[in-house]
This record gives sequence, C-alpha cells and structure tokens, in this order.
Amino acid sequence: MARKLSFACVVLTLLCAATFLQGCSELVLLNPKGPIGESERFLILTAFVLMLLVVLPVIVMSVWFPLKYRASNTKAAYEPEWSHSGKIEAVMWCIPLVIVLILSVLVWRYTHRLDPYKPIDPAAAQFRVDVVSLDWKWLFIYPEQGIAVVNELAFPARTPLSFQLTSDTVMTSFFIPQLGSQIYAMAGMRTRLHLLADEPGVYAGHNQQFSGAGYPTMFFAAKALSPEQFEAWTREVKKSPNTLDPARFEQLRKPSSGDPVTYFSSVSPDMFEYILNLYSPLDKVPGGGPGQGHAGQAQTGHGHP
Amino acid sequence: MFGKLTLSAIPYHDPIVMGAVVGSVLAGAAVLGLITYFRQWPVLWKEWLTSVDHKKIGIMYIILALVMLLRGFADALMMRAQQAMAMGASQGFLPPDHFNQVFSAHGTIMILFMAMPFLAGLMNIVVPQQIGARDVAFPFLNAVSLWLSVAGALLVMVSLGVGEFSKAGWSGYSPLTELEYSPDTGVDYWIWSLQIAGLGTLLSGVNFLVTVLTMRAPGMTLMRLPLFTWTTVFTNVLVIFSFPVLTAALALVSLDRYLGFHFFSNDLGGNMMMYANLFWTWGHPEVYIVILPAFGIFSEVVSTFSRKKLFGYTSLVYATAAIMFLSFAVWVHHFFTMGASAGVNIAFGISTMLIAVPTGVKVFNWLFTMYKGRVSLTTPMLWTIGFLTTFVLGGLAGVLLSIPPADYVLHNSLFLIAHFHNMLVPGTLFGFLAGYAYWFPKAVGFKLDETWGKRSFWCWLVGFYLAFVPLYMLGFMGMPRRMQHYDNPDWQPYLIAAGLGTLIIACGIGCMLVQLLVSFINREANRDVSGDPWDGRTLEWATHSPPAPYNFAVIPTVRDIDAFWDMKQRGEAFRPPAAYEAIEMPKNCAHGFLLGILAFLFGFAMIWHIWWLAVAGFLGLLAVVVARSMNDDTTEIIPAAEVARIEDLYFKRLAAAGRS
Repeated sequence: MARKLSFACVVLTLLCAATFLQGCSELVLLNPKGPIGESERFLILTAFVLMLLVVLPVIVMSVWFPLKYRASNTKAAYEPEWSHSGKIEAVMWCIPLVIVLILSVLVWRYTHRLDPYKPIDPAAAQFRVDVVSLDWKWLFIYPEQGIAVVNELAFPARTPLSFQLTSDTVMTSFFIPQLGSQIYAMAGMRTRLHLLADEPGVYAGHNQQFSGAGYPTMFFAAKALSPEQFEAWTREVKKSPNTLDPARFEQLRKPSSGDPVTYFSSVSPDMFEYILNLYSPLDKVPGGGPGQGHAGQAQTGHGHP
Repeated sequence: MFGKLTLSAIPYHDPIVMGAVVGSVLAGAAVLGLITYFRQWPVLWKEWLTSVDHKKIGIMYIILALVMLLRGFADALMMRAQQAMAMGASQGFLPPDHFNQVFSAHGTIMILFMAMPFLAGLMNIVVPQQIGARDVAFPFLNAVSLWLSVAGALLVMVSLGVGEFSKAGWSGYSPLTELEYSPDTGVDYWIWSLQIAGLGTLLSGVNFLVTVLTMRAPGMTLMRLPLFTWTTVFTNVLVIFSFPVLTAALALVSLDRYLGFHFFSNDLGGNMMMYANLFWTWGHPEVYIVILPAFGIFSEVVSTFSRKKLFGYTSLVYATAAIMFLSFAVWVHHFFTMGASAGVNIAFGISTMLIAVPTGVKVFNWLFTMYKGRVSLTTPMLWTIGFLTTFVLGGLAGVLLSIPPADYVLHNSLFLIAHFHNMLVPGTLFGFLAGYAYWFPKAVGFKLDETWGKRSFWCWLVGFYLAFVPLYMLGFMGMPRRMQHYDNPDWQPYLIAAGLGTLIIACGIGCMLVQLLVSFINREANRDVSGDPWDGRTLEWATHSPPAPYNFAVIPTVRDIDAFWDMKQRGEAFRPPAAYEAIEMPKNCAHGFLLGILAFLFGFAMIWHIWWLAVAGFLGLLAVVVARSMNDDTTEIIPAAEVARIEDLYFKRLAAAGRS
C-alpha cells in the first residue's frame, strides 16, 4: 500500500513539474514557436524521462544503501568478502546499454530530420535571408527584396525560412531560441540554417558564441509578421535614404556595439558573396566559390542528399 | 630593453585589480615573513625546494592546487556577483575587458592549475606506496614537473598585476586569439602558462606510467593494482597521447601571433575549425584525465569505509579502460553547431552516449560495494555519497547534450555551464577532496578534523545545488554563457540565487581552511601512530605516517587485490622484519627548482617580447639540463643502522599506543 502511495506521489510530482515547466513562458526552449523548436523540445523531454528511469533508482540507492548498511546498524547483513555477482554485473552493463540503444535510434532519426541544412518543406517556396555577423552587430540581407537591415530580422510567419550565414569577424553563433536550432557563422565560410515560425510574434535572437568585448550587446528582435505586416515593413525599409554597397560596408564593419536598427533601401547584388570572398582571396569564384572546410562546401549541401 | 613591457602595463587605475594584486603580494609577503621569523629558510631549501622525494613533491603540488583553488574561486565569486547585478541599466562592477579576463582565468586556473596539480599531488603521494615502491621511476624528472607547473601558475598570477590575462575564454577559440582581434599580451600569458605547465604534466605522465609498469612490488600483478593506481595508469596514457596535441595547437597559435603565420586566421587560407578540432582532441580527453583518478579515489574510499571488498573489480577496470578509449572519439560534440553533416554529428553523438555505459557501470559498482557492508559516514565517505547523488544528474544533462538536435538549442548556454560543473565539481573536486581527507594523515602524520570537514561538505553540497540548478533553468530560458551584461529581467532572480549558492560554497571553502588550522592545533590528539588510521586495505597503509624517506624498509610481497588487508588477515602486518638492509635513494638537488625559475623567466620574456631575456632563459634551461646530466653522483645510501633506528622508533611508538 505504502509503496503504491509513494509511486503515486512520484508520478504526481513529475506531472506537476511537467505542467509547471510547460506553463512557464520564461523557459523559452520549452515554449517553442516553430516545428524545429517543437521537435527539439520533444526530444529533450523524451530523453530526460528515459534517463530518469535509471537515474532516480541510482539516487535512491546511493542514499538508501549507506543508511541501511551504516556501521551502527549491526542487524543488517554483512558480507565483507562478497564482491562478485554475474547476474548483477550483467544487469548493470545491460541497463545503460539498452537506454543508449533506444536513444541512439532517436539520435539517428532526429539528427537527420532536424539537420539545420535541410529545408523544412522542399516543395514550398523558401524565404531567403543572408546573415552576416559583424563586430558587434548583425547584418541581414534580403536578396529577393534587395534590402538590408542591421540588428532587426523581420520575416513572414508560416513561411519556411532559409538562412545562409557568414561572419566578417570571429566565430559567432546565430540563435533564435524559440524557433530552434542555432548555427555558427564563420568568416570566409558559408553555413546554412532552416527555421519556421508558426505564429506571428517578436522573438529574441542573439549571438550564442562569445566574440569579444561587445558580445553581450549582440541581441536582435526576430519579428515574425503576417503577409500584410511584412509588406508594410518592406515598404518602410525601402523608404530609407541609406544604401549598402562595398564602400558603405567598410564603414559598417568597423567595431561598434549597441548600434541602432538601421534600414538600407537597396543593397549591391551579391553583397553576401562579396563579404564571403573578402576572406578567400586565393579562391575567388563569381557567385561564391567554396570556402575552406566542410562548412564552406555547403554551397551544394554537405555530402548527403 | 624590456620589449613591450612599460610601466603602463600595471593597471594601477583599476581598484579591483589593484586590490587583488596588493592582497596577493601581502599574503606572499606574510608567508615569507613567517618563514624568516621561524628561521625556516634552510629547512625550506634543503627539505622542500630541492627535494626529489615524491611525498614532499606531492604535498607541494597540493599546496599549489589549494592556492589556485582560492584564486579560481575568487574569479567565480566575481562572475556570479557581476551577473547578479548587471541587468538593464546597471552595468555591474566589472567592465567587459575585466569580466572577460575573469572567466578566461577561472576556466584556465580550475582545470590546469587546480585540478591538474591536485591530481599530480595525490598521485605522487599515493601511487608509489600503493604499488610497494620506494620512489617513482624518475625522481628528478618529478621535481622538474612540479617546478614547471609552478612556473606556469606563477605566470597566470603575474598577469594579474603586469598586463592582463587572456580575454578569449579558457578554450581560446581562433580567430579571437589572433593578433587582429587580441593584440595585447593576455593571449600570450595564456599560451605560455599552458605550454610550460603542459610540459610538466607530460613529463609527469611518462614518469608515472613507467613507475607503475616497472616498479611494482613482487606479486603485484596488473590485475591486483589498487583502483586509484589503475585509474592513474589510464589517465597517464591519456596525458601522453593528448597533451602533445595541445602543445602543437598552441605552438601553431604562437606562430600566427609571433611570426605572422596563418594557421587559424580568417584570411589567407587560415581556418578556425582546425583549431577547434585540435583543441578538443586534447580538451575532451583532458576531462577524463582529471575525472578518472577521482573515480579511483571513490573506489578506494567506498571499499575502505564499507569495510568490504570492492564490488566487481574486474568490470571496474574494464569500464575505466573503455572510457579511456572512448574519450578520444567524442571531441566533435563540442561543436555540433559548426555545420557538419548529420552523419558526422550522429556518429559523435552516439560515441558520446556510449561513455555513459561504462560510467553507469562504475556507479553500480560503488553502490554494490556499500550493499551488505558496514558503512561509516566519515568525511571522505560523505564526499563519495554526495558525488554519487549529484554526478548522475550531470551525466543525465550530458547525455541530453550528446543528442545533436538537443545540443542545437542548448549549446553554449548556461545549461552547458551547469552540465560540466555538475561533472567536474562532484566528479573531480569532490573526489580530490575525498582523497585529501583520506590520505592527509598518510602524508603529514595526523588526521583532519572531522567536524569541520563535514561542515565543509554540507556547505559545498547545498551551495552547489543552489549555484547550478538555476543555471540549468537559465539554459532553458535561452541565456548564453559569458554574458557581462543582459537586458532580460526574467534571468535576474535565477542569477541572484546562483550567486547565493556561490556564497554558501565560499563558506565551505572557509570551513576547509578552518579545518586545516584546527587540525594543526590538535595534531597531537589526532596523530596517526600506526600509519593505518582507517583500517585500510591497500599497501600505502603499510608505511608509517608520514612515511620514511624510503617508504618500505622491506619491499612487501603481494598475494591479493587488497594487499595490506590480506597481510593483516594473515597477521603479517605491523611486524618488524628479521633484519634491515642499506637502501639507495636519490639525492636532493637544486636543478629542478632552477629549471622552474628559468622557465618562468623564459615565458615572461616571450610574453613581453624581451628577446635578450628569452634567449638567456632558454640557454639557461639548456645549461641546467646539461649540468644535471653530467652529474653522476645522484644517489645516496641510507645505512642499515639508520633504517633500523627509524623503524625501531616506529615500533616503539606503536607499542606505546597499545597496538602491535
């Protein structure tokens, strides 16, 4: 009876904890706004519960054994020479192995499914944004709209997003926690990321890789907009007197932090490729040749279909 | 004349830094003053600084580790205080330049100048005695290793007052460490302190591997080695294979910084991804280098204080070996988000998870050692139980991070920080502190105070949970690591809680210091006359406390895994032998200490581009090595009569204490 009761208590506590975590909007990773983030949350919670199956008993045993077999308790069994049991050893190798096996299946499936390089819906139209990290600000280039923005990322909600990223400084990591995966941005190299926002809203985005003095200022608002709002936003950007060309870029790339949101009504074609090639003078190919290494060869995916 | 070094390198305008400098200098001056007052300089020189005795070298290593623990922990307090304050309009009290140095120094110090010397110290004190040897294979090399580690640590300390330390994190990712982004000398301090101390570690790795493989007492087969010795074998194999990779990676960074090469630069074909790979090829095994010996300590402690044979000795040894091999096959999990293909990430994700299997096996081994034992809850045992309950949570977080898509959102967040502290604090530090309490009487001759030890443990345990559970939560709230300032008000309460946790840990460290003082004052009452204060099982308890210079007057013959326990069962322990023989031991010499000083000068000169001093320092190093190599008179004989005198004194005391 007592055992059943305590089991019920444990289940109840876990359920409460789960509801608390779900209800806590501050825990942004558990409150995702897109399919990538949702799958990642599912994966984290599933793996967590699976591992609790072995972790909880271990914690209980590591408190219970020393108490039960404490030196002053002379009634407890004492077998000073007992040091081997084939059965126990078989079980203790097998349990973790089985859990790791199950997790490995999850890893296999979900790592393929959630590959940042893989378009979310290859059949649907992709909304393209080119991302460049600078010291210490973000430049977002919209090749299809021919506009560019510093420190603000707007895009239509419910549309698959396709980012290509590079850096004009040290390694950085582009991350919008509520939408899911992050990816590094590195100079002279191109990385890719695919996300989707299920509902309009403003989500915090930032650099997740330490990049020097201005690193803590590299926050930006990621705005998922309705089609009308996005149209209006684009019109707003196009009203700006600023334009972005290599000369203006020279100014922009100078280290600074806390830069205001800046709109550029037009941008030189292939600006992203221009920035990419600033770092590969040995290997200039029009339209963006491969950089170095596997991330650079991402021009046509990265070695898997 | 002085290269890049000018008076402006001293940050006299910064009150926080100057406070730390003045504090360190005063503490150093106080120590020197006390030595002078008690006229201990000749003792210090003859018995310590020039010593090649592995027990004394071990004690000096541990003093270094404890001093650096205080320094590294002061950094932790400053970080937690800054993050508890610096929200919104408040910038806190540390500007980015200073904060970035603080977290870089914290990581570098805790791993390389706290954990590594602590490990080396325990290994020095214990391993030769556990295998029934009189010394290590290369006693002089052992002194060189110590003084190179001290030289490296000294460089880190000097960076406090002369110039600055690296601002690029302990992992020093390129291209942030390139001249273009870090033109000042901070990165050079990081490079040279790691290079010099790393050489010391590599030499000590070779030394101890050879010691265990060649100097075991008769009958001590490999499968009778005590678990602590086994784990140091695996650790030293990892040291020998991984430290050269770090040395090479840092040498390439130096070529970039000093001679304008482009290995890891953004332009001219440099590639930062090569650095990340090289760094973690060393960095991941390094984690196991510091954690495996702690596993060994837990094995010794749990068996001794459960008064029971270790459960599953063989599977523990094989599990540790499995961890050793796997530790070299997981490094990519430090950068799943670098754009590798799904196939690569899957391979490294699964290899990482596999480590959980042997680690889980070890946990069960410890649990079933307590099962049907007679457990006494001494301080070392409390550290062990604290470790078991806490470590599995860190392991759980680790397996979560090894799932690539989970890592895509948790990478570089405070969740990651919480995870690796949850491995290294209970895993490594609790282990070393358990070993510290367990072997303290062996090393210095009296036991540590139990009351203060237990107080320290509870402060550490409670403080640990309060400091790191909020960081797990903050990871889920999307907070990145290394933030000097932030604008999100949701994060602040958790950071304040974490700060309070750090204060509780500070109480734990305070208790440790009080414990040391109290134990010293009451040393006569707590003296360990028999050399076997815990009714131990392994050979180190067969020597005196502290051991005679030669450890064993007669080399013991081993018949079982728990060699000393077996001797006690047979009634062979605590018996004087029929006769004593003269013993040949290595002679003390000043060369090791000199090499340390010269290595420090060389490193300092390289950092500040003082080329004449660098050349002089390097030639000096060569000269000392050659001079030492020319010296054939490196050993001395302890006559049989002297051995008999020392041993008789021990047996008299033993008889007086009513044990024989």
